[in-house]
Amino acid sequence: MAGIQQIKLPSRIESVDEAAQKADEFAKEQGLGDDFVSAIDLAIRESVANAVKHGNKFAEEKTVDLTLAHTDEGFEITVRDYGTGFTIDDVPDPTNPENLLKAHGRGILFMRSFMDVVEWSNHEGGGMVVKMIKRQ
Amino acid sequence: MSDITISERQAGDVTILDLDGKVTIGEGSVALRGAIRRLLGEGKNKILLNLASVGYVDSSGIGELVSSYSAVSKEGGTLKLLKLTQKIQDLLAITKLLTVFDVFDDEGEALSSFS
Repeated sequence: MAGIQQIKLPSRIESVDEAAQKADEFAKEQGLGDDFVSAIDLAIRESVANAVKHGNKFAEEKTVDLTLAHTDEGFEITVRDYGTGFTIDDVPDPTNPENLLKAHGRGILFMRSFMDVVEWSNHEGGGMVVKMIKRQ
Repeated sequence: MSDITISERQAGDVTILDLDGKVTIGEGSVALRGAIRRLLGEGKNKILLNLASVGYVDSSGIGELVSSYSAVSKEGGTLKLLKLTQKIQDLLAITKLLTVFDVFDDEGEALSSFS
């Protein structure tokens, strides 16, 4: 079963729950199993939280654009923010001993751990896009 | 409805916090931080977090567990974890934090470890 859903969310913390709920409903409509849905849920929460906090820096006038697609390749999630972007290689590895007791910086690790593909790019209209795929 | 309910029990000089709900970005993480700060303010620095009924944790929640651990250690105390769900255990393994936290499945064993 193929499907696509696009959602625009305001840049506030509550959008994290809203995004996860929409994705959960969409994934279940697509007939996906609990483990699969659980992985998607975590990846969406982390990516939307990053977009709200680090991308849009809580600026309410900037949206977080979420696209969910169920294709032959699997479940694809894209999350776009309207921030200034970042370089993925500059993000510290939270599993390095010197970073273990830091309070932040584990979201990207979780996204990479639970999804098969995680790629960042600059959007031509501004902002960053993270594309994630969970294969079936 | 609140994301999390935190109940407090005392077993000797160890304070057990029973967490029920989600420790995620926003309310859940803030509630945990508040509870730990309050205990430290009361001079209670031997703390056991019972996570048996925590259905969900995200990176913010994991970060809050780490911050709690650091805050309690800084006050000369100890924070340990009890009854991790498989999901939380997986997240602590991915983040290599199982090497940091003392984790127990049995409450009696956990309490004994503080003495």
